[in-house]
Amino acid sequence: MAEESSASTRRRLTPFNVIAGIIVIIGLYVTVRRFTSGLSSVTHLSNSYPWGLWIAFDLLVGVALAAGGYVTSAAVYIFGMKRYHAAVRPAILTGFLGYALVVLALNYDVGRPWRLPYPFVISRGTTSLLFEVAACVALYLTVLFVEFSPAAMEWLGLKKARNLVVKLTMALTILGVILSTLHQSSLGALFLIAPSKLHPLWYSPYIHVYFFVTSTIAGLSMVIFEGSLSHHYFKDKMDAEHLAAKTDLMLGFGKAAAWVLAGYFVIKVIGIAADNNWHYLATGYGAWYLVELLGFVALPAMTYAIGVREKNTTIIRWSAVWAVLGIVVNRFNVCLVAFNWYLPAEERYFPHWMEVAISVFVVTLGLLAFRFIVTRMPILYAHPDYETH
Amino acid sequence: METIHTLQQFMLHTKNIIYILIVLALAAMPAFWCFLTGRDEE
Amino acid sequence: MRISRRRFLGWMGAAGAAGALPRAARAASNKVFEGYAGSKAVLHDITRCIGCRKCEAACNSVNALPKPEKPFDDLSVLETKRRTTAEAYTVVNQFTPQAAEAKRVYVKKQCNHCLEPACASACFVKAFTKTPEGPVVYNPDVCVGCRYCMIACPFDIPAYEYHKALDPKVMKCTMCHPRLLEGKLPGCVEACPTEALVFGMRDDLIRVARDRIQSYPERYLDHIYGEHEMGGTSWLYVTGTAYAQVGMREDLGNTAAGQLTSGALSAVPMVVGLWPVLLTGIYAINKRKEKIAAQEQAAAVQAAVEKVQAEAAVKLKAAVEKAEKEKAAAIDREVKKALADAAKEKEDKSI
Repeated sequence: MAEESSASTRRRLTPFNVIAGIIVIIGLYVTVRRFTSGLSSVTHLSNSYPWGLWIAFDLLVGVALAAGGYVTSAAVYIFGMKRYHAAVRPAILTGFLGYALVVLALNYDVGRPWRLPYPFVISRGTTSLLFEVAACVALYLTVLFVEFSPAAMEWLGLKKARNLVVKLTMALTILGVILSTLHQSSLGALFLIAPSKLHPLWYSPYIHVYFFVTSTIAGLSMVIFEGSLSHHYFKDKMDAEHLAAKTDLMLGFGKAAAWVLAGYFVIKVIGIAADNNWHYLATGYGAWYLVELLGFVALPAMTYAIGVREKNTTIIRWSAVWAVLGIVVNRFNVCLVAFNWYLPAEERYFPHWMEVAISVFVVTLGLLAFRFIVTRMPILYAHPDYETH
Repeated sequence: METIHTLQQFMLHTKNIIYILIVLALAAMPAFWCFLTGRDEE
Repeated sequence: MRISRRRFLGWMGAAGAAGALPRAARAASNKVFEGYAGSKAVLHDITRCIGCRKCEAACNSVNALPKPEKPFDDLSVLETKRRTTAEAYTVVNQFTPQAAEAKRVYVKKQCNHCLEPACASACFVKAFTKTPEGPVVYNPDVCVGCRYCMIACPFDIPAYEYHKALDPKVMKCTMCHPRLLEGKLPGCVEACPTEALVFGMRDDLIRVARDRIQSYPERYLDHIYGEHEMGGTSWLYVTGTAYAQVGMREDLGNTAAGQLTSGALSAVPMVVGLWPVLLTGIYAINKRKEKIAAQEQAAAVQAAVEKVQAEAAVKLKAAVEKAEKEKAAAIDREVKKALADAAKEKEDKSI
């Protein structure tokens, strides 16, 4: 008896669990500080930089990287690519957890989080793009929850409810694409109101289109990236369909990502021309802009294409990692680097370690929740008692 | 309704109505789709 | 021409019916919005400011803000450039332009009370309102604390109470809206000893500013700041030193904040209306393709089956015919044999 329990303790004390445990403890400490001493005790936010890491990473990057849900379900249910069916449930789950964590992180950032429903029930500021974002994120989180629920219901054995929800698949998928189009683009459009604050190379009347297009790149790349991680860590949970579909999925999504990246590259260059911003390219900010455009758009487009042509999943996997990094670079550039670009260095923002700690804490919670769910519910395998939908 | 003096008031007024219409559209379109395809044989 | 503040205010009542000067924000459809007629404003004559910080002190006491570290008569504060904060709704900054005399110039900074406020356009709970009187006021009772107003404000005015854990507010100049409703002047205007600040109707103040520029062209630049900036503001400025040299941005443009976002906002209902059509269309096309493919497959299978069956029938018939022929031949053979046998028997008997 005693031996058994010590063995199970040893099994739980894996390096991952130990590190996750430490991160969670630090996160809880910072949480207490945030809600007892205010933002100034845990962040470097200022009157010049009202938005910092929690908006740039947790909101802007978080929402973009959670786009895999709508991209995959649209590909399978609307565009009829049924051969990628095995990827739908993991992508929906990642999307759902992603959005849930975005909302969680927002509770740290806003002054009075319990007022987050106010825009809908107390005072509707419909002229604000943030109203649009808030409405869509709230609705889409609900849609993702419903889309995810069949897996939970199969696990719990709620057969009737599960079959009812499955009937709604098409409607939910279309609603999901509408809501995603709207809020992914509106996150970029948030900055339309501040042309005098954003560096001209990043401020563009097309910025909402850029944000939407990059969200599909992020979605496709995240499905590839997260799929290969799952394949590595949860191989024992995967059924034959998931294992067999892996290469086909990587080739298909890799090809799509390369093609969307190419289109994005074109509209970015046209954006420079539309505002006649060529001369900025010769400045320091211009050099950094070119790093983003060539290094994180053109380069992954090319490497994805090579990976697809060579049918080399290793190249595709690394291209996905690089493209995801490119999304992070882009969102950080818009929200932090290009914002207030004219301020002297000492007035610029750099995150406090506790801001980083909360962001890492939130991602860790996501990983723990993902592991909890895929080890219990039929995500990476089809439940034998139910027909696939 | 009070008179509209500013662009802000105008946008608030028009967007309020548009958001209500959006909700109605999201409810009505699936219903009309069901009506449209109701007699399609599988 | 120097106008005393009281005399000027006296004019204001008489000038109430003066015609509106051209200023307007437009919606996409060419609708024009001229703002509230007769709304109030303040004209800040930068050439008259002596940097005494009396306006700051008055603002502090009128709004019951916390006492600053250094008292308001300590002018060493002017040596560092400041911005508005949650504890100071207005600040005076000192500039030393590169001009020949290098005379020091002082500029007061506070909320400019835009005619089309970016903060109001950006706020998702309508916490900011442009009042008919002129001030842009903030309602802390609905504020969520998202700080989008601070991102949106082109003049970097709203400040936030970052040190408060649970009830932080956005803080900014109210143009003393409560005092205006009581018929009083804004605190800073009342305290100004040099009439660098003049309160009145916006339309009239623009005329006053034009008059000063025309009367003293060597003293003023021909640009009333705030007449058109960001769609116009209720705080107007005249200066003898280029605005860019005294910390005021000249690159903001004249577009009202609401116009900057109206394009993206107008795309929202189009997506809602057309995405279902497009997506359901693609879905239906794919489904139809699948159906046709399935039908074709079924037809092909049917044809193949029929072909096989036909071939089988032919084979069967041939086999039957062959069998019948063989049977007939066998009978024939048997008959011949029997006849031969009978003949042979007959021969044997006759021997």
